[in-house]
Amino acid sequence: MSQTISEKIIARAAGVESVRPGEIVTCKVDLAMMHDSSGPRRQIEKLEAVGADVWDPDKVVVITDHFVHETDADSIRIQDITRDWVAAKGVKRYHEKQGICHVVLPEGGHLVPGMFLVGGDSHSPTAGAFGCFMIGIGATDLTGVLATGEIWVRVPHSIRVDVTGTLPGGVAAKDVILSLCHRIGLNGANYKAVEFSGIAVKEMSIDERMVLTNMSAEIGAKTGIVAADAKTLDWLRDAGAPVNGPGFESDTDAVYGQVIEMDARGLSPQVAAPHSPANSRPVEENTGVRVQQAYIGACTGAKLDDLRMAAKIVKGKKVFEGTRFVVAPASNRIRDRAAEEGTIATLVEAGAMILPSGCGGCIGLGPARLGENEVGISSSSRNFRGRMGAKSSQGYLGSAYTVAASALAGRIADPREYV
Amino acid sequence: MADGRAWVYGDDIDTDLMAPSAYLMKPADEVVQHCMEALDPTFAKSAGPGDVFVAGDNLGVGSSREQAPQNLQVLGIRYVLAKSFGRIFYRNALNLGLPALVCKDTDRISTGDRLKIDPVSGRVDNLTTGESLECEPLPPHLLEMIREGGLIPHLKKKLAREGA
Ligand code: SF4
Repeated sequence: MSQTISEKIIARAAGVESVRPGEIVTCKVDLAMMHDSSGPRRQIEKLEAVGADVWDPDKVVVITDHFVHETDADSIRIQDITRDWVAAKGVKRYHEKQGICHVVLPEGGHLVPGMFLVGGDSHSPTAGAFGCFMIGIGATDLTGVLATGEIWVRVPHSIRVDVTGTLPGGVAAKDVILSLCHRIGLNGANYKAVEFSGIAVKEMSIDERMVLTNMSAEIGAKTGIVAADAKTLDWLRDAGAPVNGPGFESDTDAVYGQVIEMDARGLSPQVAAPHSPANSRPVEENTGVRVQQAYIGACTGAKLDDLRMAAKIVKGKKVFEGTRFVVAPASNRIRDRAAEEGTIATLVEAGAMILPSGCGGCIGLGPARLGENEVGISSSSRNFRGRMGAKSSQGYLGSAYTVAASALAGRIADPREYV
Repeated sequence: MADGRAWVYGDDIDTDLMAPSAYLMKPADEVVQHCMEALDPTFAKSAGPGDVFVAGDNLGVGSSREQAPQNLQVLGIRYVLAKSFGRIFYRNALNLGLPALVCKDTDRISTGDRLKIDPVSGRVDNLTTGESLECEPLPPHLLEMIREGGLIPHLKKKLAREGA
């Protein structure tokens, strides 16, 4: 039977030949990832209530990123609980303050194409950029996985998004996915697996593919996925993953619930107005909006490629005096590589404030929090009311190019005027 | 079966509204006080036992944070009705033993209406308007889990059975 890449991975994890969309199957989980918010602090009591222990500590990854660089007693307590639990359970795949979970997971060498994973975070589909099937789940579902190593899933219909043509200068994967958010809405892919393909996706770096799969969460998808290719395998080997093949590919006659064509060639930079990624429109419709902060951060928008995009825009220039230009690299490894190649220096010379890696400004924590009535533009994934700071703040979303251009102008600006 | 008051909201009610990020590191009893405050500051103060949370499309879009449905539950919400749900929120609610029911006619319900709900048949009686609405029935394996009080008690039973 012909199947999509997602169906093949689910079938393999369920121990059956093939699966059909709509069917409910129980899958064995290859790895379960959690962070300091969904992790030990919410698991200890629940596991006790079930009366079970961790099914396999070698298949658990714990990454602290939400309440790190802790400046309050609650966050310090959460880090202590996390560290103690990991030690007590013998979880060796533990990354403390090394960066944001969706970026540290592949960097830590934990991913191999074809894996079936769950993560205690909604942006878990990010791992799909590596040919993995990874779904986001809540804390109680996670307890179920920790106790049994299994989870039930309804096999999703697959949607294929073909991005044809080559992206123009100053336009990035972020613009592709924001445009898709506008086109199909926040539940346009609800319960579906979104498979990204086409020339533009093939040409994208792994960092850029991660933006597509990451923000599959914003269209309600169960997951997003890109078939692994030579680029994927090189990236993973560089991270030390035990890769020995490309995993799965969709059959040429696989059945999709929907096929969406997008033409990369005509795409403009996109900006999502408050308070939804679905409010995305070509940047022209938002230029001129005064911003107090321009934030390059989050698992979505602060990978090495994002920092390079921002540096390309601001090189040799100075950011607008009344605007804070804040950069929080998504991981320490990214920060170090960006420092080595001079990207960090370029950003700092232009006036950037560099923050430690963590969720921070994406969820309104730390120095990048938006104040009352402030307006910010961010390379993160979501601009729900109050998420980036005060309830009265206004959050816009754009690519790292667009955020950097806006930092220079002090207003939402079209990056094509700067590249 | 007791009836409850409806709290009705629109489409795309997100998890940041039900459980704002800024309080997530706080103890649960503090987080709950901020539930829905950016949209409706009266909700957390006035919702009570047996009430019903009603929304349009895509209720619970956003984060995986289970505090979203948990806050509703702690405030006394007994059922959640929406035209459609964000997928993680839907699983989270059911895992907590909070029935999340798909009802295409939530437009016919207004805040303050008294609703009587039978999750097994999927029938919603609006005692205020006298109308009867329908929900999609839950799949059997989920109904069983809800009856047992959610995933934790369900697993406990299951593991005990397997161990015996
Ligand atoms: S950076 Fe933002 S989107 Fe990414 S994991 Fe952290 S809170 Fe979630």
